Amino acid sequence: MSTILPPGTPAPDFNLHVTPDQKLSLHELRGRPVVLAFYPADWSPVCGDQMALYNEILSEFHKFGAEILGISVDGVWCHEAFAKDRHLHFPLLADFEPKGSVARTYGAYRAEDGVCERALFVIDKNGVIAWSYLSPVAVNPGADGILDALEQLPK
Amino acid sequence: MSLRIPVSDQDHIQGNPDAPCTLVEYGDYECPHCGHAYPIVKRIQKHFGKKLRFVFRNFPLAEMHPHAESAAETAEYAGAHGKFWEMHDALFENQESLGGSLYLQLARQLALSPQELRAAVESRDFLARVKSDFTGGVRSGVNGTPTFFINGKRHDASFEYEDLLQAINAALAHD
Repeated sequence: MSTILPPGTPAPDFNLHVTPDQKLSLHELRGRPVVLAFYPADWSPVCGDQMALYNEILSEFHKFGAEILGISVDGVWCHEAFAKDRHLHFPLLADFEPKGSVARTYGAYRAEDGVCERALFVIDKNGVIAWSYLSPVAVNPGADGILDALEQLPK
Repeated sequence: MSLRIPVSDQDHIQGNPDAPCTLVEYGDYECPHCGHAYPIVKRIQKHFGKKLRFVFRNFPLAEMHPHAESAAETAEYAGAHGKFWEMHDALFENQESLGGSLYLQLARQLALSPQELRAAVESRDFLARVKSDFTGGVRSGVNGTPTFFINGKRHDASFEYEDLLQAINAALAHD
């Protein structure tokens, strides 16, 4: 397994496509907490996969003023189709070109499989990693750790 | 991963209240995997008899399953009139036809008022209860449906009959 960036580390900035004609940079979200959820791939075949779960509990994240971003190496068109199919109401970032380069800066890339790890980061309003968690790739880490971390952020 | 919201008299509990083992399911009436688990849980309850109590909590994945919330609210309405388990069972047994007309038909069959049920679902009378189950589940590490807890500990293995049987036997031997 990878070694992911630990709490206390400034979160590496990025500028990635969220839609075919829009890009998003991490620094644009400065001032509020950001949940960054790396995951291996769109289209996992189960009900209530990781992204679907986050989609159901967006209001819980929003209670903390937090934004959640999903991120995988899937391309922007793939993300668009996946988000539409699953009715996702939060952005999916395409870490597509150069493939996995953002995941690598967070220590969240599985070079042997060519996909992101299942790695979670809660980034505070100043852009510093407050909590991070690396899940076994086959296990949906759920949201309890994220919510605990958001709760512990200084107000 | 453990259950943060202890089982209480607010819960829908089936079986011996003093049973040494408690099986909690977080489920969604429209989830096919929960539909698959439904008869398995019945067999498990039959096998363990007085040694097991079963608790069902709502975890509707409403964005994915358009009828999941209304079905959960229908079961809660029935629960408020003492017919939770009858409705819970009927909903799972008719999982492929969830929706307003099924709810009304089931209400009639269970001698509940279809008009009152319709009004309760339309005005979302039981949504807060359903959402509170859901939020408690998220905080306990429910990451999809169905998620089972055996004596408060999340059951991460498969929920096929043999696997659940073994896990409950282990819990009984442990306590």
